[in-house]
Amino acid sequence: MTDDSPIVLPDDPSFGDEVQVDYPGYRSTRLRAPKRPLVTLPEELHSTGGPVFGDETVSALDYDLTQQHEGEPLGERIIVTGRVLDDAGKPIRNALVEVWQANAGGRYKHHVDQHPAPLDPNFSGAGRCLTDDDGNYRFITVKPGAYPWGNHENAWRPAHIHFSVFGNAFTQRLVTQMYFPGDPLFRFDPIFNSVRDPKARALLVSEFDLETTKPDWALAYRWNIVLGHGGNGTTPLEEDH
Amino acid sequence: MQLPRTPSQTVGPYYTIGLCRRVENELVPPDDAGVLRVTGQLLDGDGEPIGDGMIEAWDASGSRWGRSATDGDGRFWFVTAKPAAMDSAAPHLDIYVFARGLLKHQLTRMYFPDEPEANAVDPVLSSLPEADRAVLVAEQEDGAVRFDIRMQGDRQTVFFAT
Repeated sequence: MTDDSPIVLPDDPSFGDEVQVDYPGYRSTRLRAPKRPLVTLPEELHSTGGPVFGDETVSALDYDLTQQHEGEPLGERIIVTGRVLDDAGKPIRNALVEVWQANAGGRYKHHVDQHPAPLDPNFSGAGRCLTDDDGNYRFITVKPGAYPWGNHENAWRPAHIHFSVFGNAFTQRLVTQMYFPGDPLFRFDPIFNSVRDPKARALLVSEFDLETTKPDWALAYRWNIVLGHGGNGTTPLEEDH
Repeated sequence: MQLPRTPSQTVGPYYTIGLCRRVENELVPPDDAGVLRVTGQLLDGDGEPIGDGMIEAWDASGSRWGRSATDGDGRFWFVTAKPAAMDSAAPHLDIYVFARGLLKHQLTRMYFPDEPEANAVDPVLSSLPEADRAVLVAEQEDGAVRFDIRMQGDRQTVFFAT
């Protein structure tokens, strides 16, 4: 693959819900995506469990990115909610959900981000929470801005929130990005389009959720997260198998 | 009915603001007796260090977990205890690799250099070609255990499907 390979490749539903790890349009994959085929572990090892995070992992205001400083951050206040499920549709309880994002101007509070947009002294852009018994998570934040990046000429990332989720087994670990509906940058973004199946790509896009919207206060977006097959991985809360 | 899974996306270059806000690379308290230091370098296809990667380590035998960002030299560190053997499995850590440029995290396993007998009968290790087995066994280095992770190349680390 070379730097003149296309930024965005045509749809290919044969990828299903797998991302194309060596997607050439995302230039940084070139020296980092493994070249050899993955080795399949025996099925019985899929249920070796995983870290269990307790309430002590999360502080009371970690879910609310608008209340971590003296003042309120600038931007469009939003509520982001959804459920964490396994691929059988069963809710995953006590899953640690971690998020990070740019501020409303499209700037991360990170020393490497030198995009000439203002930092917001009232916004760090990081949160975490544990899912409840029905697998629900909830964050309050501001809508992140789009921002430029150096992948190619005039490259811009669509607005997104990064999510990290732990399930109950190694097959359930997920780091991904949540996007917002109708973003005009979707069709130019190699990271979004590295999910080649358009149906799978749609799973990365949240839905506007009028029902959860709080009148006179904040719009809401709903986004469910489906993790892989968990084997019979159990946590102390899941002894009902 | 099986639901389609949410696809993976890269952690990107700024993950430390969300994932590395506290020290989490100690799987056991560092002043415990018999602690073991695990270190290594995360390397790209040119053998250059990946300075914006993140490694997570999981010891299923002791239900211990930790996370380390890589530094400018691609270095990561963990303080842990030696995992126990489980059934026929040799002591090992499950290692998860995340980085900018990596659209999905990669899973590997780190085995221990002082366990040749257990390693020889480990069902995962013994199913691999010999050269790949060697890649998954760490080395002793100055009282620590060193496990380098190579994303590509002749000695690419073996990664497992997840």
